[in-house]
Amino acid sequence: MTALDMVPAPLHAPKDYRSAVKPVWCPGCGDYSVLMALQKAFAALALPPESIAVVSGIGCSSRLPAYLDCYGFHGVHGRALAVATGLKIARPALTVVVVGGDGDGFSIGGNHFLHAARRNVDLAYIVMDNRVYGMTKGQPSPTTEPDWDSAIAPGGTGLRPFQPMVVALASGANFVGRGFASDPNGCARIIVEAIRHPGFAFVEIMSPCVTFRPDERAWKLRVHPTDAPPTDDPAEAAHRIMTGDGFGLGVIYAGTRAPYQPALAATSSLAALEQGFAV
Amino acid sequence: MAQLEDPVDVSIAITGSGGAGVMTAGTVLLDAAAAAGCHGLMTRSSGPQIRGGEAAALLRLATRPIESHADRLDLLIALDWANVQRFAAELALDRASVVLADPAAGPPPEAITAKGARLVELPLAHWAKSVPGGRANMVALGVVGALIGLPEAPLAAALERFVGKAHPDALTASLAAVRLGAAQGGALNGAVPRLAPTGAPEARWVISGNQATGLGALRAGVRFVAGYPITPATEILEWMAPALHGLGGALVQAEDELAAINMVLGASYGGTPALTATSGPGLALMLEAIGLGVAAEVPAVVVDVMRVGPSTGIPTRTEQADLDIAVSGLHGDAPHIVVAPLSVSDCLGTTQWAVHLAEALQVPAIVLSDQSLAQARAIVPRPPDLGLTARREVAHAPAAPYQRYAVTASGVSPMSLPGTPGGQYTADGLEHGASGIPSSQPQDHAAQLDKRARKLTQFDYGARWAEIDSVGDEAIAIVTWGSPAGPAREAVARLRRQGRAVRLVALRLLAPALPERLAAALRGIEHIVVLEQSHGAQFYRYLRAWYDLPGATTRLNRPGPLAFRPGEIHRRLSELLP
Repeated sequence: MTALDMVPAPLHAPKDYRSAVKPVWCPGCGDYSVLMALQKAFAALALPPESIAVVSGIGCSSRLPAYLDCYGFHGVHGRALAVATGLKIARPALTVVVVGGDGDGFSIGGNHFLHAARRNVDLAYIVMDNRVYGMTKGQPSPTTEPDWDSAIAPGGTGLRPFQPMVVALASGANFVGRGFASDPNGCARIIVEAIRHPGFAFVEIMSPCVTFRPDERAWKLRVHPTDAPPTDDPAEAAHRIMTGDGFGLGVIYAGTRAPYQPALAATSSLAALEQGFAV
Repeated sequence: MAQLEDPVDVSIAITGSGGAGVMTAGTVLLDAAAAAGCHGLMTRSSGPQIRGGEAAALLRLATRPIESHADRLDLLIALDWANVQRFAAELALDRASVVLADPAAGPPPEAITAKGARLVELPLAHWAKSVPGGRANMVALGVVGALIGLPEAPLAAALERFVGKAHPDALTASLAAVRLGAAQGGALNGAVPRLAPTGAPEARWVISGNQATGLGALRAGVRFVAGYPITPATEILEWMAPALHGLGGALVQAEDELAAINMVLGASYGGTPALTATSGPGLALMLEAIGLGVAAEVPAVVVDVMRVGPSTGIPTRTEQADLDIAVSGLHGDAPHIVVAPLSVSDCLGTTQWAVHLAEALQVPAIVLSDQSLAQARAIVPRPPDLGLTARREVAHAPAAPYQRYAVTASGVSPMSLPGTPGGQYTADGLEHGASGIPSSQPQDHAAQLDKRARKLTQFDYGARWAEIDSVGDEAIAIVTWGSPAGPAREAVARLRRQGRAVRLVALRLLAPALPERLAAALRGIEHIVVLEQSHGAQFYRYLRAWYDLPGATTRLNRPGPLAFRPGEIHRRLSELLP
């Protein structure tokens, strides 16, 4: 049973998490559904809005924090995971959720992705993967297919797409799941699990870009639930992902690593430290 | 015989190959001098090897406060001659200096003999063999101690502190070797100045610049640090890691400098005073996020321990050439704080001040330390607590609708911290209106630019903005910043003893510029000497850009890697004076 199946706390309906700011996204953008999924997940978890911080970098999907009535941090391109790491370590009682896109997370922010997974701070990282740079009007991203034609790479990049879920597993992420934006309830369920699961939880949400990747509308015909329950064996999870068709939705891996969180309990004093310098 | 103008001031170098124990001998000597009531300073130079290369410990010990090395060495003690020519430029020997060397190590190299110092041969290794477990560096320590007049008790105490009670055999052997050296050294009495220490050190510390920086941050309330290892700033992180752990804070070794500064912004956004420490290459990487801190008004402290640049440069040596990027390296109009410590001890107070300013003004503050301060160990009076703490204006019970970036008279807007009901907002690097909602409207951009500039220019920085040393109606002033202030003080004191008046103005606050304060500090001055360690005269150009300088101006600038000595400054000033 997930929190979504439980009776929501009456004070926290999904709409209570929405701010009055109108999104800049194109009509039909998958990110609207992810925004709704986050609201539903927060409501299902009965989280007070002020206890949530949503951190992002730069890109279409990174505009999301302002659309929520939670605490938000909209930083520079690629560094959201670092901001969130500092925030969560300093303020462990907060629920810290990181959102962004494939370019922000896997290209300019790729190194932080590796190390956030390795460090295993208790964060939920929601990537809206549309396999394109939308904000700069249609360049290939690390997850773009090699033959996708664009002005900057006519005929395609010829490059092998980045495999974020496998990289997350290999780097030590404690939770890996995949959602599809057109299924906000399914996404909300996975996000709830991701937030609840201790440590670094990575959720890849296939979020079609209707403007620069109209071909991605066809994703809805290909997605399907994963055919097995989540495993706690990273090798098994990696095998499933690498041998799958890339459209299996659900939680694939839920590991058992303890999250990284310093104790933040004082055991010494400044005076004792200073005594160390005395002649 | 060596005779400085101050007879209670002695400069010593100890050199030798890796494993010879040069740094051990130097460290114990400095600690012993401190215990005996002396003032002092020690720096180290080493070869390019990662571990085990040749090293030189340079010490200056005195019975009065000192803040830089002297112009010349009284004594060089060479445990061996391995690659000593690497340090030839720093080993300021002259005909009045004494070189103590072990004949078993062979003749001194030409780089040493050319300086004309008196060579005294001592069979250090041979003597060491007569003590079970004895080592030549400890014999040398005993010789030096006896020569400069250090009693045995502080030497023994310092040795015990260094070797530790856990190794009684090593301590016994070391003490015996020191005693043997002291007995032999007695025969050389009069070869170098004797300190005649008082033996009454009142509340003194032995501390490095990097440690002082870390402690200043903790005194101000920093409880989160993220950093990436880089020479010569790493010791700040290494000293702070266990210290923060003990104080209930946290230090994270980040994957790179980009992560480090962004982690700092995240922790600070959450309300915890936060700092990162780096050097030039790391500062270059952090600039984008420092600009984010300016736009989103998130306090942060970035310590840049400057080293020789550009690029990898000379990572282990000192220069003052990061001033340009620290002051002007952010894109957009991004007013922020830049401060610089003026001595090893001042690394503490200035970093503490930087935290205070960053928090009070909700803005990033860059602290420009440098290698010559950071990695020097100095005997200093216990630095008093300045009482400067992190006091951020926080919105504890925000009224609806909360306006994070409200345009206020002071420019500072109360900041709501996550967890506060009704204070939700999104901190944003996008330009925004008062609520924090992104805006590309010209009036919002102008209002927020004005607010962010105003909070810095309207703030009262008090007397700490600069150190002004004036005895009256000088016509010449040295204007400097950072580490050259130490040797400059000594040069000015020397000139005054010669009856020549020079004012010293050393800037601690570099950004924002305070033109009226500097104008007042330079009242009556007809000739300014701009002293800095930058080949491109960055400070001179900075002064020209931000200040109206009265009268004539002379540049006294040169690059690293070697720090200024008082004599170099004294000479140039003497030439200028009528």
